[in-house]
Amino acid sequence: MDSSLIIELAINGALKGLMYALVALGIVLIYKTSGLANLAQGAIAMTGAYVTWAIAYGVGAPIWLAIPLALVLMFGVGMLIERLALRRMIGQPVIMAIMLTLGIEIMLRGLLPGMFGSAVKRLDIGIPQAPLFVGDFLINRATLIGGSVSLLVILLSLVFFNSRYGVVMRAVSDDQTASWSVGIRVERAIAIAWGLAAVTAASAGILWGANQGVDWSLSLLLIKALAIAILGGLDSIVGVLIAGLIVGVVESVATGLIDPLVGGGTRDIAASVIILLTLLVKPHGLFGREHIERV
Amino acid sequence: MLYRRAGLRHTRYEDERQLWPLPFDRGLVVLVLVVLVAAPLLVNRLYLVSYLLPWVIWSTAALGLNLLMGGAGQIHLGYGAVMAMGAYGSVHLVRAGVPFEFAMVGGGLISACVGIVFGGAALRVQGLYLAMATLAMQYVVDFVISHVPMISGGTQATIQVPTVRFLGIPVAGDLPTYYVALIICAIVTVFILNVGRTSLGRALAAVREKDYAAEIIGVNTFKFKLLAFWISSFIGGVAGSVLAVCYLRAISPDQFHIELSIQLVAMVIVGGLGSVLGSFFGAALILFAPIVLNNLIGGIADGLGLSISTDLRSHVPLMLYGALIIGFLLWEPLGLAKIYNNVRNYFFVWPFRHAQR
Repeated sequence: MDSSLIIELAINGALKGLMYALVALGIVLIYKTSGLANLAQGAIAMTGAYVTWAIAYGVGAPIWLAIPLALVLMFGVGMLIERLALRRMIGQPVIMAIMLTLGIEIMLRGLLPGMFGSAVKRLDIGIPQAPLFVGDFLINRATLIGGSVSLLVILLSLVFFNSRYGVVMRAVSDDQTASWSVGIRVERAIAIAWGLAAVTAASAGILWGANQGVDWSLSLLLIKALAIAILGGLDSIVGVLIAGLIVGVVESVATGLIDPLVGGGTRDIAASVIILLTLLVKPHGLFGREHIERV
Repeated sequence: MLYRRAGLRHTRYEDERQLWPLPFDRGLVVLVLVVLVAAPLLVNRLYLVSYLLPWVIWSTAALGLNLLMGGAGQIHLGYGAVMAMGAYGSVHLVRAGVPFEFAMVGGGLISACVGIVFGGAALRVQGLYLAMATLAMQYVVDFVISHVPMISGGTQATIQVPTVRFLGIPVAGDLPTYYVALIICAIVTVFILNVGRTSLGRALAAVREKDYAAEIIGVNTFKFKLLAFWISSFIGGVAGSVLAVCYLRAISPDQFHIELSIQLVAMVIVGGLGSVLGSFFGAALILFAPIVLNNLIGGIADGLGLSISTDLRSHVPLMLYGALIIGFLLWEPLGLAKIYNNVRNYFFVWPFRHAQR
């Protein structure tokens, strides 16, 4: 195995990792504000891709219009999920809320392929297919653009958390009751976090959909996103960025190195192994805060 | 009225503490038992094999998962993998010549021992992480089973289950498979019913309500969580081996994927967390509702002359599982068992509603 191949795998893996990180960003956003892990994130990403496809090919809108429209729509969907389902779970054990998000995941995973048909749909967002050569290394143009967009969104969300509303959200994540008492609308902050999470998930779904086609398998992004969120620490955006790079590189290199030995399938479990190892070695992730529980 | 409680005077502690203090409940249990035992005489063979047998097996698995999720409050999203380990373990033991009775226990032990490794890793942290660790476990176990030729016999292979003997009777044909599944289910049910009355059950309940509080009053949280994990994985393994031997007859890795885990989680939530009766209700609803709904949709579509795509109809189960989980969590978090209980409490005092406690 020569080193140039490994470097090539690592570069492409890092870009893919950034695209995974976009899904994980939503999980972190929701965890930061409401303290629960959103297991529906993969299905929401899939929904975003399906909605974009439906607007672009079903209605016939041009793609530059379909994507913003779909993102706005998904913001609404995210807020709606919070308003209709999650808000009613306030005061219930966290486990119940997590299982509710799991229920949403399962339902969306059945609903959208059921409505639009389960065959793989081509979503062309205008990225040329021709590969790009940087020096000796071959880079997939779709992943390059996807990775750059993801990096941009993650950096934007870092900026957002320093803006006025970002400070509000940080306050909510710190202590819901205290922020309530100083006049912050906690419910609205959580709803907006859900909306933003849905938007980031949907944009990841669109990027991946352009890459591999739109079908139910987009919801499998969930397990990679969870791996990134856990490795980075569930409440750290910098963690998402760095863990995204790590997971992407590890997955890509492991696929390249181990797949020939065991006959395929390493891609699917690299994320699972990362989750288990993180929990064993450093349960709160690289950048996560340790929570102190009071009785 | 229907559930007569009037005139019942328990004069000894044992009377109060028995599993079913009310004579009516005891009668009901006996009736259900008789119906289940006599089922081969009462219903068509087709119904016995395609409805009653899977219901009994899935109920056994749901009982095991319910002990962990409802009893100890630990979420488990990889129960399908636990069952897979039990199924593969016991089938390989049977093929190696071990009697089925021991192979079943062996399969359970394999599940329990592997399951506890994953659980032990995750139990050091909060329940939220446990969900993800068990999800990861599902994928890792799937991968190992399908990629180790010694276990699965190759990537795409299925393993035939040889005809085994249970207590001297060959388990082949409709009747013996049904009765073996029923016996195992009965044993597990009696065990789970009694767990709630022991110190183990009370410790688990304390852990479920608040693990830190339980620790403070002297319950070794870690030990009991691990124990719950162990028992539940053991039952899952046994259920997996019964599933393989009595129902599937030929096992392949794709029968134990994440879909099975989702199905079981849905059964436990819909049936009622921590309820024995609920596991049976949940298993019935989750197994049969998609079939009924699919037939209903088909019937309506035919009646109205509409054409409904096969894609939509093939996704009905997933939609329904999701909708049922969401619906029950939002409106009846304690599930079908709670609905049954409400009806029962209503009829306790009917028609004197004001006397309800």
